[in-house]
Amino acid sequence: MAITTKVIKRPKLNFWHMIYIPEIIRGVMITGGHFWRNMFFHTMHKLGLFKAVQAAVTIMYPEHKRPVAPRTRTRHRLTQREDGSPRCVACMMCETVCPARCIYIVAEEHPDPTIEKRPASFDIDLGKCVYCGFCVEACPEDAIRMDTRILNISAYSREGMKLDIRELLNPNPDYTLVLTRISHHP
Amino acid sequence: MLITIILAAVVYFSVLNFAALHTWIERKQSAVMQDRIGANRAAIILPWKWAAPVNWLLRPLNELGLFHPIADAIKMFTKEDYVPPYGDKFLHTLAPFLAMTFAMVGFAAIPFGDVLILGGQTIRLQVAPINAAVLFIFAMASMGVYGVVLAGFASNSNYAFLGGMRAASQMLAYEITLGVTLVGIVMIFGTLDLQEIVRGQGELLFGWLPKWGFVVQPVAFFLFVTAGLAETKRIPYDIPEGESEIVGYFTEYSGMKFGMFFFTDFIETIMIACLATTFFFGGWQVPYLTANGFNFPWGAFAAVPHPAVVALQIFSFTLKVFFFCWLFMTIRWTLPRFRYDQLMALGWKGIFPVALVNVVVTAVIVLIFQ
Repeated sequence: MAITTKVIKRPKLNFWHMIYIPEIIRGVMITGGHFWRNMFFHTMHKLGLFKAVQAAVTIMYPEHKRPVAPRTRTRHRLTQREDGSPRCVACMMCETVCPARCIYIVAEEHPDPTIEKRPASFDIDLGKCVYCGFCVEACPEDAIRMDTRILNISAYSREGMKLDIRELLNPNPDYTLVLTRISHHP
Repeated sequence: MLITIILAAVVYFSVLNFAALHTWIERKQSAVMQDRIGANRAAIILPWKWAAPVNWLLRPLNELGLFHPIADAIKMFTKEDYVPPYGDKFLHTLAPFLAMTFAMVGFAAIPFGDVLILGGQTIRLQVAPINAAVLFIFAMASMGVYGVVLAGFASNSNYAFLGGMRAASQMLAYEITLGVTLVGIVMIFGTLDLQEIVRGQGELLFGWLPKWGFVVQPVAFFLFVTAGLAETKRIPYDIPEGESEIVGYFTEYSGMKFGMFFFTDFIETIMIACLATTFFFGGWQVPYLTANGFNFPWGAFAAVPHPAVVALQIFSFTLKVFFFCWLFMTIRWTLPRFRYDQLMALGWKGIFPVALVNVVVTAVIVLIFQ
Protein backbone atom coordinates (compact mmCIF):
# COMPACT_ATOMS: atom_id res chain seq x y z
CA MET A 1 0.00 0.00 0.00
CA ALA A 2 1.36 3.33 -0.97
CA ILE A 3 2.05 5.80 1.74
CA THR A 4 -0.53 8.54 1.69
CA THR A 5 -0.12 11.96 3.21
CA LYS A 6 -3.08 13.77 4.59
CA VAL A 7 -2.71 17.48 4.05
CA ILE A 8 -4.46 19.38 6.78
CA LYS A 9 -5.71 22.75 5.63
CA ARG A 10 -4.92 25.32 8.27
CA PRO A 11 -7.51 28.05 8.33
CA LYS A 12 -6.06 31.23 6.95
CA LEU A 13 -6.47 34.27 9.15
CA ASN A 14 -8.17 37.09 7.36
CA PHE A 15 -8.09 40.77 8.23
CA TRP A 16 -10.93 40.53 10.75
CA HIS A 17 -9.15 37.73 12.59
CA MET A 18 -5.92 39.67 12.63
CA ILE A 19 -7.35 42.69 14.41
CA TYR A 20 -8.65 40.47 17.26
CA ILE A 21 -11.57 42.68 18.22
CA PRO A 22 -14.40 40.91 16.28
CA GLU A 23 -13.09 37.53 17.41
CA ILE A 24 -12.92 38.72 21.01
CA ILE A 25 -16.47 40.01 20.72
CA ARG A 26 -17.49 36.60 19.33
CA GLY A 27 -15.84 34.87 22.30
CA VAL A 28 -17.40 37.22 24.81
CA MET A 29 -20.79 36.62 23.17
CA ILE A 30 -20.42 32.90 23.90
CA THR A 31 -19.27 33.25 27.51
CA GLY A 32 -21.60 36.18 28.13
CA GLY A 33 -24.46 34.17 26.63
CA HIS A 34 -23.79 31.38 29.10
CA PHE A 35 -23.58 33.93 31.90
CA TRP A 36 -26.92 35.59 31.19
CA ARG A 37 -28.69 32.31 30.45
CA ASN A 38 -27.50 30.79 33.72
CA MET A 39 -28.22 33.99 35.66
CA PHE A 40 -31.77 33.97 34.25
CA PHE A 41 -32.38 30.39 35.32
CA HIS A 42 -30.74 30.88 38.74
CA THR A 43 -33.09 33.82 39.33
CA MET A 44 -36.09 31.85 38.08
CA HIS A 45 -35.20 28.93 40.37
CA LYS A 46 -35.24 31.32 43.32
CA LEU A 47 -38.75 32.33 42.25
CA GLY A 48 -39.71 28.66 41.95
CA LEU A 49 -39.98 28.62 38.14
CA PHE A 50 -38.36 26.48 35.43
CA LYS A 51 -37.20 23.93 37.99
CA ALA A 52 -36.73 21.37 35.21
CA VAL A 53 -34.02 23.43 33.48
CA GLN A 54 -30.57 23.16 34.98
CA ALA A 55 -28.68 26.41 35.55
CA ALA A 56 -25.48 24.68 36.68
CA VAL A 57 -24.13 21.19 36.29
CA THR A 58 -22.71 21.22 39.82
CA ILE A 59 -23.74 18.47 42.23
CA MET A 60 -23.53 19.78 45.80
CA TYR A 61 -21.45 16.83 46.90
CA PRO A 62 -21.83 15.90 50.54
CA GLU A 63 -25.56 16.72 50.50
CA HIS A 64 -26.32 15.34 47.05
CA LYS A 65 -24.50 12.45 45.49
CA ARG A 66 -24.22 11.41 41.90
CA PRO A 67 -26.20 8.20 41.28
CA VAL A 68 -23.84 5.24 41.11
CA ALA A 69 -24.37 2.60 38.42
CA PRO A 70 -25.34 -0.83 39.84
CA ARG A 71 -22.21 -2.49 38.46
CA THR A 72 -19.80 0.09 39.86
CA ARG A 73 -17.03 -1.53 41.86
CA THR A 74 -16.96 0.15 45.24
CA ARG A 75 -15.51 -0.72 48.65
CA HIS A 76 -15.30 -4.43 49.47
CA ARG A 77 -17.41 -6.40 51.88
CA LEU A 78 -17.43 -10.04 52.99
CA THR A 79 -20.76 -11.80 52.74
CA GLN A 80 -22.09 -13.71 55.74
CA ARG A 81 -23.70 -17.08 56.39
CA GLU A 82 -27.07 -17.25 58.13
CA ASP A 83 -25.35 -17.34 61.51
CA GLY A 84 -23.36 -14.21 60.75
CA SER A 85 -19.99 -15.87 60.23
CA PRO A 86 -18.09 -15.09 57.03
CA ARG A 87 -18.80 -17.23 53.96
CA CYS A 88 -15.09 -17.11 53.22
CA VAL A 89 -13.36 -20.49 53.35
CA ALA A 90 -9.85 -18.98 53.22
CA CYS A 91 -9.05 -20.69 49.90
CA MET A 92 -6.60 -17.85 49.07
CA MET A 93 -7.95 -17.51 45.51
CA CYS A 94 -8.50 -13.79 45.86
CA GLU A 95 -5.16 -13.27 47.51
CA THR A 96 -3.50 -15.16 44.66
CA VAL A 97 -5.33 -13.41 41.85
CA CYS A 98 -4.97 -9.91 43.33
CA PRO A 99 -2.71 -7.92 40.97
CA ALA A 100 -2.03 -5.31 43.64
CA ARG A 101 -1.36 -7.93 46.34
CA CYS A 102 -3.43 -5.99 48.81
CA ILE A 103 -5.31 -8.95 50.39
CA TYR A 104 -3.80 -10.68 53.39
CA ILE A 105 -5.55 -13.83 54.67
CA VAL A 106 -4.56 -16.01 57.60
CA ALA A 107 -6.46 -19.32 57.51
CA GLU A 108 -7.50 -21.52 60.42
CA GLU A 109 -9.48 -24.72 60.99
CA HIS A 110 -13.25 -24.34 60.96
CA PRO A 111 -15.01 -25.99 63.91
CA ASP A 112 -17.65 -27.43 61.54
CA PRO A 113 -16.07 -30.50 59.86
CA THR A 114 -18.15 -29.95 56.67
CA ILE A 115 -16.41 -26.64 56.06
CA GLU A 116 -12.70 -26.98 55.73
CA LYS A 117 -11.27 -23.57 56.71
CA ARG A 118 -12.18 -20.08 57.79
CA PRO A 119 -10.19 -16.82 57.85
CA ALA A 120 -8.57 -16.04 61.17
CA SER A 121 -7.87 -12.58 59.76
CA PHE A 122 -8.78 -11.01 56.43
CA ASP A 123 -7.18 -7.64 55.72
CA ILE A 124 -7.43 -5.49 52.63
CA ASP A 125 -5.08 -2.56 52.17
CA LEU A 126 -7.19 -0.03 50.30
CA GLY A 127 -4.11 2.09 49.78
CA LYS A 128 -2.87 -0.58 47.37
CA CYS A 129 -6.16 -1.84 45.94
CA VAL A 130 -6.77 -0.98 42.29
CA TYR A 131 -10.49 -1.86 42.38
CA CYS A 132 -10.16 -4.32 39.48
CA GLY A 133 -12.74 -6.70 40.94
CA PHE A 134 -10.64 -9.83 40.25
CA CYS A 135 -11.13 -11.00 43.85
CA VAL A 136 -14.90 -10.96 43.32
CA GLU A 137 -14.51 -12.89 40.05
CA ALA A 138 -12.16 -15.45 41.57
CA CYS A 139 -14.18 -16.23 44.70
CA PRO A 140 -15.80 -19.68 44.47
CA GLU A 141 -18.04 -19.05 47.50
CA ASP A 142 -19.46 -15.59 46.61
CA ALA A 143 -17.82 -14.50 49.84
CA ILE A 144 -16.40 -11.15 48.73
CA ARG A 145 -18.32 -8.48 46.88
CA MET A 146 -17.67 -4.88 45.89
CA ASP A 147 -21.20 -3.50 46.18
CA THR A 148 -21.19 -1.36 49.31
CA ARG A 149 -21.56 1.89 47.28
CA ILE A 150 -18.98 3.45 49.60
CA LEU A 151 -16.80 5.76 47.53
CA ASN A 152 -15.51 8.32 50.02
CA ILE A 153 -12.48 6.29 50.99
CA SER A 154 -9.86 8.40 52.68
CA ALA A 155 -7.67 8.37 55.76
CA TYR A 156 -4.97 10.45 57.35
CA SER A 157 -2.41 7.62 57.39
CA ARG A 158 -1.46 4.50 55.42
CA GLU A 159 -2.43 2.40 58.43
CA GLY A 160 -5.88 3.92 58.30
CA MET A 161 -6.44 2.59 54.78
CA LYS A 162 -6.31 -1.02 55.98
CA LEU A 163 -9.63 -2.79 56.55
CA ASP A 164 -9.85 -5.76 58.90
CA ILE A 165 -12.38 -8.59 58.93
CA ARG A 166 -14.77 -6.86 61.32
CA GLU A 167 -15.01 -3.82 59.07
CA LEU A 168 -15.34 -5.97 55.96
CA LEU A 169 -18.21 -7.95 57.45
CA ASN A 170 -20.12 -4.87 58.58
CA PRO A 171 -19.35 -2.07 56.12
CA ASN A 172 -19.74 1.32 57.78
CA PRO A 173 -20.22 4.24 55.38
CA ASP A 174 -18.72 6.62 57.94
CA TYR A 175 -15.65 4.47 58.37
CA THR A 176 -13.45 7.43 57.40
CA LEU A 177 -14.33 9.07 60.69
CA VAL A 178 -13.44 5.87 62.56
CA LEU A 179 -10.19 5.68 60.64
CA THR A 180 -9.37 9.24 61.62
CA ARG A 181 -9.81 8.36 65.26
CA ILE A 182 -7.68 5.23 64.93
CA SER A 183 -4.89 7.05 63.13
CA HIS A 184 -4.59 9.51 65.99
CA HIS A 185 -3.93 6.67 68.44
CA PRO A 186 -1.09 4.70 66.92
CA MET B 1 -11.88 70.80 53.89
CA LEU B 2 -14.35 68.76 55.91
CA ILE B 3 -16.43 68.18 52.79
CA THR B 4 -13.36 66.94 50.93
CA ILE B 5 -12.57 64.51 53.74
CA ILE B 6 -16.13 63.20 53.73
CA LEU B 7 -16.05 62.86 49.93
CA ALA B 8 -12.72 61.04 50.08
CA ALA B 9 -14.02 58.73 52.79
CA VAL B 10 -17.12 57.89 50.76
CA VAL B 11 -15.18 57.34 47.53
CA TYR B 12 -12.47 55.18 49.08
CA PHE B 13 -14.97 53.26 51.19
CA SER B 14 -16.89 52.37 48.04
CA VAL B 15 -13.79 51.59 46.01
CA LEU B 16 -12.20 49.34 48.64
CA ASN B 17 -15.43 47.50 49.32
CA PHE B 18 -16.07 47.04 45.65
CA ALA B 19 -12.52 45.74 45.24
CA ALA B 20 -13.07 43.24 48.05
CA LEU B 21 -16.34 42.28 46.45
CA HIS B 22 -14.43 41.71 43.22
CA THR B 23 -12.95 38.52 44.69
CA TRP B 24 -16.52 37.32 45.10
CA ILE B 25 -17.54 38.56 41.65
CA GLU B 26 -14.53 36.83 40.16
CA ARG B 27 -15.44 33.48 41.69
CA LYS B 28 -19.15 33.71 41.07
CA GLN B 29 -19.10 35.19 37.60
CA SER B 30 -16.57 32.70 36.33
CA ALA B 31 -18.67 29.94 37.87
CA VAL B 32 -21.89 31.10 36.24
CA MET B 33 -20.11 31.54 32.91
CA GLN B 34 -18.84 27.97 33.11
CA ASP B 35 -22.18 26.44 34.20
CA ARG B 36 -20.95 25.99 37.75
CA ILE B 37 -22.21 27.36 41.08
CA GLY B 38 -19.05 28.77 42.60
CA ALA B 39 -17.72 29.11 46.12
CA ASN B 40 -20.60 29.04 48.61
CA ARG B 41 -19.34 27.22 51.67
CA ALA B 42 -18.01 30.10 53.78
CA ALA B 43 -21.09 30.56 55.92
CA ILE B 44 -21.83 32.34 59.17
CA ILE B 45 -24.33 30.33 61.23
CA LEU B 46 -24.83 31.36 64.86
CA PRO B 47 -25.12 28.35 67.17
CA TRP B 48 -27.60 29.80 69.68
CA LYS B 49 -31.30 29.18 69.60
CA TRP B 50 -32.28 32.83 70.09
CA ALA B 51 -30.21 33.74 67.01
CA ALA B 52 -32.59 31.96 64.66
CA PRO B 53 -33.91 35.21 63.10
CA VAL B 54 -30.33 36.38 62.52
CA ASN B 55 -29.51 33.08 60.89
CA TRP B 56 -32.58 33.44 58.73
CA LEU B 57 -31.32 36.84 57.60
CA LEU B 58 -27.80 35.50 57.03
CA ARG B 59 -28.97 32.52 55.00
CA PRO B 60 -29.23 34.23 51.60
CA LEU B 61 -25.78 35.73 52.14
CA ASN B 62 -24.44 32.29 53.05
CA GLU B 63 -26.01 30.77 49.97
CA LEU B 64 -24.51 33.45 47.75
CA GLY B 65 -21.08 32.86 49.28
CA LEU B 66 -20.77 36.53 50.22
CA PHE B 67 -18.65 35.71 53.27
CA HIS B 68 -15.84 34.36 51.15
CA PRO B 69 -14.07 37.76 50.98
CA ILE B 70 -14.08 37.78 54.80
CA ALA B 71 -12.78 34.22 54.92
CA ASP B 72 -10.08 35.28 52.46
CA ALA B 73 -9.11 38.23 54.62
CA ILE B 74 -8.88 36.06 57.75
CA LYS B 75 -6.77 33.54 55.88
CA MET B 76 -4.43 36.20 54.49
CA PHE B 77 -3.96 37.91 57.84
CA THR B 78 -3.25 34.71 59.74
CA LYS B 79 -0.78 33.24 57.27
CA GLU B 80 2.93 33.36 57.88
CA ASP B 81 4.48 36.56 56.59
CA TYR B 82 7.66 35.30 55.00
CA VAL B 83 10.55 37.50 53.90
CA PRO B 84 13.12 35.55 51.92
CA PRO B 85 16.60 35.52 53.51
CA TYR B 86 19.09 37.60 51.48
CA GLY B 87 16.15 39.59 50.19
CA ASP B 88 15.84 43.28 51.04
CA LYS B 89 13.49 43.24 54.01
CA PHE B 90 12.60 46.94 53.85
CA LEU B 91 11.91 47.08 50.13
CA HIS B 92 10.19 43.71 50.26
CA THR B 93 7.74 45.16 52.77
CA LEU B 94 7.47 48.50 50.99
CA ALA B 95 6.64 47.13 47.54
CA PRO B 96 3.02 45.99 48.13
CA PHE B 97 2.23 49.25 49.91
CA LEU B 98 3.61 51.26 46.99
CA ALA B 99 1.67 49.22 44.46
CA MET B 100 -1.54 49.65 46.38
CA THR B 101 -1.09 53.34 47.20
CA PHE B 102 -0.44 54.36 43.62
CA ALA B 103 -3.35 52.28 42.41
CA MET B 104 -5.69 54.02 44.85
CA VAL B 105 -4.51 57.62 44.63
CA GLY B 106 -5.91 58.04 41.13
CA PHE B 107 -9.51 57.75 42.31
CA ALA B 108 -9.23 61.18 43.89
CA ALA B 109 -9.42 62.80 40.46
CA ILE B 110 -12.39 60.82 39.12
CA PRO B 111 -15.58 62.94 38.98
CA PHE B 112 -18.57 60.82 39.95
CA GLY B 113 -21.18 63.57 39.67
CA ASP B 114 -21.57 67.20 38.67
CA VAL B 115 -22.23 69.61 41.54
CA LEU B 116 -24.43 69.12 44.56
CA ILE B 117 -26.00 72.28 45.93
CA LEU B 118 -26.64 71.67 49.60
CA GLY B 119 -27.82 74.50 51.84
CA GLY B 120 -26.51 77.21 49.51
CA GLN B 121 -23.13 75.50 49.30
CA THR B 122 -21.82 74.12 46.03
CA ILE B 123 -20.10 70.77 46.45
CA ARG B 124 -18.11 69.44 43.53
CA LEU B 125 -18.51 65.68 43.40
CA GLN B 126 -14.86 64.96 42.84
CA VAL B 127 -12.39 64.45 45.68
CA ALA B 128 -9.58 66.50 44.16
CA PRO B 129 -10.62 69.00 41.47
CA ILE B 130 -7.28 69.06 39.66
CA ASN B 131 -7.24 70.91 36.35
CA ALA B 132 -4.69 68.48 34.89
CA ALA B 133 -6.40 65.39 36.26
CA VAL B 134 -5.58 63.31 33.18
CA LEU B 135 -1.87 63.84 33.76
CA PHE B 136 -2.24 63.15 37.47
CA ILE B 137 -4.03 59.85 36.96
CA PHE B 138 -1.55 58.62 34.36
CA ALA B 139 1.42 59.70 36.46
CA MET B 140 0.02 57.66 39.35
CA ALA B 141 -0.85 54.70 37.13
CA SER B 142 2.71 54.66 35.76
CA MET B 143 4.09 54.75 39.28
CA GLY B 144 2.08 51.63 40.01
CA VAL B 145 4.64 49.54 38.17
CA TYR B 146 7.25 50.73 40.65
CA GLY B 147 5.84 48.55 43.40
CA VAL B 148 5.77 45.57 41.08
CA VAL B 149 9.34 45.98 39.87
CA LEU B 150 10.45 46.57 43.45
CA ALA B 151 8.77 43.34 44.51
CA GLY B 152 10.80 41.52 41.88
CA PHE B 153 14.04 43.19 42.92
CA ALA B 154 13.65 42.90 46.67
CA SER B 155 12.70 39.22 46.66
CA ASN B 156 16.18 38.16 45.56
CA SER B 157 14.62 35.43 43.47
CA ASN B 158 15.28 35.02 39.79
CA TYR B 159 11.69 34.06 39.07
CA ALA B 160 10.35 37.11 40.86
CA PHE B 161 12.99 39.28 39.19
CA LEU B 162 12.03 38.08 35.72
CA GLY B 163 8.38 38.59 36.59
CA GLY B 164 9.12 42.17 37.59
CA MET B 165 11.02 42.73 34.36
CA ARG B 166 8.14 41.37 32.32
CA ALA B 167 5.80 43.66 34.24
CA ALA B 168 8.04 46.64 33.49
CA SER B 169 8.24 45.94 29.76
CA GLN B 170 4.50 45.31 29.55
CA MET B 171 3.66 48.49 31.44
CA LEU B 172 6.03 50.49 29.26
CA ALA B 173 4.52 49.14 26.05
CA TYR B 174 0.92 49.68 27.08
CA GLU B 175 1.19 52.81 29.21
CA ILE B 176 2.33 54.79 26.17
CA THR B 177 -0.59 53.56 24.08
CA LEU B 178 -2.93 54.31 26.94
CA GLY B 179 -1.71 57.91 27.00
CA VAL B 180 -1.77 58.33 23.23
CA THR B 181 -5.33 57.04 22.87
CA LEU B 182 -6.52 59.80 25.15
CA VAL B 183 -4.80 62.56 23.18
CA GLY B 184 -7.70 62.44 20.72
CA ILE B 185 -10.23 62.91 23.54
CA VAL B 186 -8.20 65.77 24.99
CA MET B 187 -8.04 67.46 21.58
CA ILE B 188 -11.79 67.17 21.00
CA PHE B 189 -12.80 68.48 24.42
CA GLY B 190 -9.85 70.86 24.65
CA THR B 191 -9.08 70.29 28.32
CA LEU B 192 -7.16 68.04 30.71
CA ASP B 193 -9.75 68.54 33.45
CA LEU B 194 -11.77 65.33 33.84
CA GLN B 195 -14.82 67.23 35.10
CA GLU B 196 -14.72 69.46 32.00
CA ILE B 197 -14.25 66.44 29.72
CA VAL B 198 -17.37 64.84 31.23
CA ARG B 199 -19.32 68.10 30.94
CA GLY B 200 -18.23 68.33 27.30
CA GLN B 201 -19.71 64.88 26.73
CA GLY B 202 -23.13 66.21 27.72
CA GLU B 203 -23.41 68.13 24.45
CA LEU B 204 -25.37 66.71 21.56
CA LEU B 205 -24.09 65.90 18.10
CA PHE B 206 -26.49 66.65 15.22
CA GLY B 207 -28.98 67.66 17.86
CA TRP B 208 -29.77 64.12 19.10
CA LEU B 209 -26.63 62.00 19.60
CA PRO B 210 -24.88 62.45 22.97
CA LYS B 211 -21.29 63.50 22.30
CA TRP B 212 -19.82 60.66 24.34
CA GLY B 213 -16.18 59.76 23.79
CA PHE B 214 -17.26 56.43 22.36
CA VAL B 215 -19.13 58.22 19.59
CA VAL B 216 -16.42 60.70 18.64
CA GLN B 217 -13.45 58.39 19.22
CA PRO B 218 -14.58 54.78 18.58
CA VAL B 219 -11.13 53.53 17.60
CA ALA B 220 -9.55 55.12 20.65
CA PHE B 221 -12.13 53.38 22.83
CA PHE B 222 -11.13 49.91 21.67
CA LEU B 223 -7.45 50.79 21.94
CA PHE B 224 -7.99 52.21 25.41
CA VAL B 225 -9.78 49.10 26.66
CA THR B 226 -7.10 46.88 25.11
CA ALA B 227 -4.26 48.82 26.68
CA GLY B 228 -6.19 49.38 29.90
CA LEU B 229 -6.65 45.66 30.43
CA ALA B 230 -2.89 45.29 30.11
CA GLU B 231 -2.62 47.86 32.89
CA THR B 232 -4.58 45.64 35.26
CA LYS B 233 -2.09 42.76 34.84
CA ARG B 234 -4.89 40.24 34.53
CA ILE B 235 -5.52 37.59 31.89
CA PRO B 236 -5.06 37.95 28.89
CA TYR B 237 -2.22 40.25 29.95
CA ASP B 238 -1.03 38.42 33.03
CA ILE B 239 2.51 37.61 31.99
CA PRO B 240 3.89 39.54 34.98
CA GLU B 241 2.00 37.18 37.31
CA GLY B 242 1.12 33.97 35.50
CA GLU B 243 0.23 32.22 38.76
CA SER B 244 0.00 28.74 37.37
CA GLU B 245 2.75 28.47 34.78
CA ILE B 246 5.25 31.32 34.40
CA VAL B 247 6.13 32.32 37.93
CA GLY B 248 5.47 35.97 38.66
CA TYR B 249 6.83 38.89 40.63
CA PHE B 250 5.02 38.01 43.87
CA THR B 251 6.44 34.52 44.11
CA GLU B 252 8.18 35.32 47.39
CA TYR B 253 5.17 36.96 48.96
CA SER B 254 2.70 35.39 51.33
CA GLY B 255 -0.11 36.43 53.61
CA MET B 256 -1.54 39.90 53.38
CA LYS B 257 1.40 41.28 51.39
CA PHE B 258 0.45 38.91 48.61
CA GLY B 259 -3.14 39.86 49.28
CA MET B 260 -2.28 43.50 48.68
CA PHE B 261 -0.83 42.74 45.25
CA PHE B 262 -3.91 40.69 44.54
CA PHE B 263 -6.10 43.54 45.72
CA THR B 264 -4.14 46.02 43.60
CA ASP B 265 -5.20 44.17 40.46
CA PHE B 266 -8.84 44.55 41.41
CA ILE B 267 -8.42 48.22 42.29
CA GLU B 268 -6.73 48.79 38.94
CA THR B 269 -9.59 47.01 37.21
CA ILE B 270 -12.02 49.40 38.87
CA MET B 271 -9.72 52.29 37.97
CA ILE B 272 -9.69 51.34 34.29
CA ALA B 273 -13.47 50.87 34.42
CA CYS B 274 -13.79 54.37 35.92
CA LEU B 275 -11.49 55.84 33.27
CA ALA B 276 -13.27 54.10 30.39
CA THR B 277 -16.54 55.43 31.79
CA THR B 278 -15.20 58.94 32.26
CA PHE B 279 -13.49 59.30 28.90
CA PHE B 280 -15.69 57.25 26.60
CA PHE B 281 -19.09 56.68 28.17
CA GLY B 282 -19.93 60.13 29.40
CA GLY B 283 -18.89 59.74 33.03
CA TRP B 284 -21.85 60.74 35.16
CA GLN B 285 -23.85 61.97 32.17
CA VAL B 286 -27.33 60.59 31.69
CA PRO B 287 -28.44 61.06 28.07
CA TYR B 288 -30.48 64.28 27.66
CA LEU B 289 -30.39 65.03 31.40
CA THR B 290 -29.38 68.61 32.11
CA ALA B 291 -29.11 70.42 35.44
CA ASN B 292 -32.88 71.01 35.65
CA GLY B 293 -34.37 68.01 33.89
CA PHE B 294 -34.59 65.88 30.76
CA ASN B 295 -34.37 67.87 27.50
CA PHE B 296 -35.34 65.36 24.85
CA PRO B 297 -34.27 66.11 21.27
CA TRP B 298 -37.86 65.91 20.03
CA GLY B 299 -38.68 68.90 22.20
CA ALA B 300 -40.19 67.21 25.25
CA PHE B 301 -39.08 68.40 28.66
CA ALA B 302 -39.42 66.65 32.02
CA ALA B 303 -38.38 68.64 35.07
CA VAL B 304 -36.34 66.72 37.65
CA PRO B 305 -35.56 68.16 41.11
CA HIS B 306 -31.92 68.87 41.89
CA PRO B 307 -31.26 66.02 44.40
CA ALA B 308 -32.77 63.54 41.95
CA VAL B 309 -30.52 64.86 39.19
CA VAL B 310 -27.44 64.33 41.35
CA ALA B 311 -28.64 60.87 42.39
CA LEU B 312 -29.26 59.94 38.76
CA GLN B 313 -25.80 61.14 37.81
CA ILE B 314 -24.08 59.13 40.53
CA PHE B 315 -26.25 56.12 39.70
CA SER B 316 -25.38 56.48 36.03
CA PHE B 317 -21.67 56.62 36.79
CA THR B 318 -21.84 53.60 39.11
CA LEU B 319 -23.88 51.59 36.64
CA LYS B 320 -21.38 52.26 33.84
CA VAL B 321 -18.48 51.31 36.09
CA PHE B 322 -20.27 48.09 37.04
CA PHE B 323 -20.86 47.35 33.38
CA PHE B 324 -17.18 47.78 32.55
CA CYS B 325 -16.15 45.67 35.53
CA TRP B 326 -18.50 42.98 34.27
CA LEU B 327 -17.09 43.28 30.76
CA PHE B 328 -13.48 43.09 31.97
CA MET B 329 -14.32 40.08 34.10
CA THR B 330 -15.98 38.40 31.13
CA ILE B 331 -12.96 39.10 28.94
CA ARG B 332 -10.67 37.81 31.69
CA TRP B 333 -12.57 34.51 31.80
CA THR B 334 -12.87 34.22 28.02
CA LEU B 335 -9.42 34.77 26.58
CA PRO B 336 -6.21 32.81 27.11
CA ARG B 337 -2.97 34.53 28.01
CA PHE B 338 -0.86 36.25 25.37
CA ARG B 339 2.60 34.86 24.81
CA TYR B 340 5.37 37.36 25.58
CA ASP B 341 6.29 37.97 21.93
CA GLN B 342 2.62 38.24 20.95
CA LEU B 343 2.13 40.75 23.74
CA MET B 344 5.02 42.91 22.59
CA ALA B 345 3.99 42.62 18.93
CA LEU B 346 0.44 43.63 19.77
CA GLY B 347 1.64 46.52 21.89
CA TRP B 348 4.35 48.01 19.69
CA LYS B 349 3.35 46.87 16.20
CA GLY B 350 -0.41 46.75 16.68
CA ILE B 351 -2.19 49.19 18.88
CA PHE B 352 0.54 51.83 19.29
CA PRO B 353 0.77 52.79 15.56
CA VAL B 354 -3.02 52.68 15.29
CA ALA B 355 -3.25 55.01 18.26
CA LEU B 356 -0.79 57.41 16.58
CA VAL B 357 -2.77 57.34 13.34
CA ASN B 358 -5.92 57.98 15.35
CA VAL B 359 -4.30 61.06 16.89
CA VAL B 360 -3.29 62.42 13.48
CA VAL B 361 -6.71 61.80 11.93
CA THR B 362 -8.43 63.36 14.94
CA ALA B 363 -6.13 66.38 14.75
CA VAL B 364 -6.96 66.92 11.08
CA ILE B 365 -10.71 66.59 11.70
CA VAL B 366 -10.61 68.90 14.71
CA LEU B 367 -8.67 71.46 12.61
CA ILE B 368 -11.18 71.27 9.76
CA PHE B 369 -14.20 71.76 12.01
CA GLN B 370 -12.69 74.56 14.05
